[in-house]
Amino acid sequence: MLEIRNLHARIVDDGTEIIRGLNLSVKAGEVAAIMGPNGSGKSTLSYILAGREDYEVTEGDILYNGQSILDMDPAERATAGIFLAFQYPMEIPGVATMEFLKVAMNEQRKARGEEPLKIPEFLKRVKEAAASLNMDMAMLKRPLNVGFSGGEKKRAEILQMKLLEPKLCVLDETDSGLDIDALKIVADGVNTLRSPDRAIVVITHYQRLLQYIVPDTVHVLYRGQVIKSGDKSLALDLEANGYAGVIGQAA
Amino acid sequence: MNMHTTPQRTPAETALIDAFGERLSLLPGDGAVMLKRDDAIEAIKSGLPTRRIESWHYTDLRRLLISVPDFDPAAVAKAIAPIVEGSSVLPVLNGVSSMKLPDIEGVAVQRLSEKLTDGSAASGLESYGSDDAIGALNTAFVADGYFVDIADGAQLDKPVELQNLQAGGQSHVRLTVRVGTGAKAVVVERQTGEGAALVSSVSQLVLGEGAEVTWLVVQEQPDTATHLAQFKAHLGKNSKLTLFVMNAGGKLVRQEVVVKTTGEGAEFTLRGINLLAGDTHSDVTMVLDHAVPHTASTEVIRNVVTGRARGVFQGRINVHQYAQKTNAKMACNTLLLSDDGEFSTKPELEIFADDVVCGHGATVTEIDHGHLFYLMARGIDEKTARGLLVKAFVAEVIEELDDEAIVEALEARLDNWFVAHG
Repeated sequence: MLEIRNLHARIVDDGTEIIRGLNLSVKAGEVAAIMGPNGSGKSTLSYILAGREDYEVTEGDILYNGQSILDMDPAERATAGIFLAFQYPMEIPGVATMEFLKVAMNEQRKARGEEPLKIPEFLKRVKEAAASLNMDMAMLKRPLNVGFSGGEKKRAEILQMKLLEPKLCVLDETDSGLDIDALKIVADGVNTLRSPDRAIVVITHYQRLLQYIVPDTVHVLYRGQVIKSGDKSLALDLEANGYAGVIGQAA
Repeated sequence: MNMHTTPQRTPAETALIDAFGERLSLLPGDGAVMLKRDDAIEAIKSGLPTRRIESWHYTDLRRLLISVPDFDPAAVAKAIAPIVEGSSVLPVLNGVSSMKLPDIEGVAVQRLSEKLTDGSAASGLESYGSDDAIGALNTAFVADGYFVDIADGAQLDKPVELQNLQAGGQSHVRLTVRVGTGAKAVVVERQTGEGAALVSSVSQLVLGEGAEVTWLVVQEQPDTATHLAQFKAHLGKNSKLTLFVMNAGGKLVRQEVVVKTTGEGAEFTLRGINLLAGDTHSDVTMVLDHAVPHTASTEVIRNVVTGRARGVFQGRINVHQYAQKTNAKMACNTLLLSDDGEFSTKPELEIFADDVVCGHGATVTEIDHGHLFYLMARGIDEKTARGLLVKAFVAEVIEELDDEAIVEALEARLDNWFVAHG
């Protein structure tokens, strides 16, 4: 489903190269974990997948279902089924959360040639998704993410993911800022989305989240490259021995 | 209006002076009113204000007022529905008030033409200074409007909507509202129509002790109209005024806000949104006098500038020497969406008291790229996402009004503008 080939990318503003020849392949139905020390390029990779303009791909390609996405803007990628759960979701004053959800869902439906959701159906879906994440509907009456705690913002991201039903989910440090109860709720939310036609990429610094979202593959990212891939035991190995050993082997 | 700097009359000045001669016999008023009119036209004869007059520096009326339409007795303005359902509507159609007035409990309404004829409106025709071109123009030509008296203690459960509707030509209207002790009301001032009109409209509000008023100015003139307006208020002891100004139309617009706190404990809130498109020139100029101790005010103005529009906000706060414990905060934020648009902000604080808290701030920004990315990453196309963010920028100010019916009504007006200009 996702095929990243020899990707090189830099920050537009200052030309710093962050991704330096990254290769990664994720199949439909697969949960892939991307781990790595701070500064290895994990978040940058997630932004590049979503199409943030602050980064420029200088070499290589990103294929999604066999097609390059490099010329697609973030909205086109999203309607094609790519979803990024942000590490730091934006607070947007003046945009009501419910209004935002409705516009996002209907814009995606429109792009797929579907009719907009009727209000009762929309409300029903939001209520069900919110309940499954232990979210208060009152929260959704507030402006988007404004005044939400760190944990509430992460839940709101997963709520959006559930409602938009993407095919490729990229979760950027979704565990940061969550206490253990919230972590379980969020992980459950992600696990219910596991399906044979959907791929999930979990970006994380720690192994903790992977106890709850058990990955099929684990990839270690370091200085903009995948330096080692393995199964879930690799994550346990990293937890026990740190990144130094893996980095040493690669060097 | 300086005689020495205006050696030759512009076509607009000439047209105004000629129109006065032609209209004179039709204008209502006793001797006192007619004397006021004579003074006013003298002021216009000495020239419309130019950029050399400080308060008109960013709106050179003499240069910008290119032509003045003739009065058009055949023009017929269409009545419109109020923004809040169930409001009591007082329409002025092409400068003429209605013969049939609604019966509103606790409210006495008179046609201003009658009060001009009998002279009882003369004392309200004072201008506030030598740079008062709008006051002078209006005083010279005003023929009608309303005088609304809200009784002591009256609690109006529905808004009163004053409509000034034009269909071209000229209309000069005055809307005077007195609010009694402890009374509570919402007043909507609608300014709209169709045609290349010259409109002057002066609103005067006096708030009695403990009165609470929310006054909404909704200006949606067509992009062919010149709209020159003034809102003047006196705030009595412990009274509260929330003034909301929405400028969403007009070719040349100046909305002056002149407010004075005359009683201790008075509170003034100004919230404004200026939605500027095309090649409009739109100016909001406020002069606020904190004239007594223990009064408070906040002013927040949000501007959206597109096309080749030019906007101006001047906010002057005078804190008089005895007005200790004044608390005043002013902010002007502009979203500049085109390279050819411009916005000028001039905050002025003149403080003669030594124990006050006063501040002001101004920002000019573009759409936040992080916000745009976030919305687009959810599948919202760029145009829709930008629209949501621009609307959010001004909707924040509307939502502060905290009254569902009013918020909904204003958001509908906002949507209307975005449909036409988004």
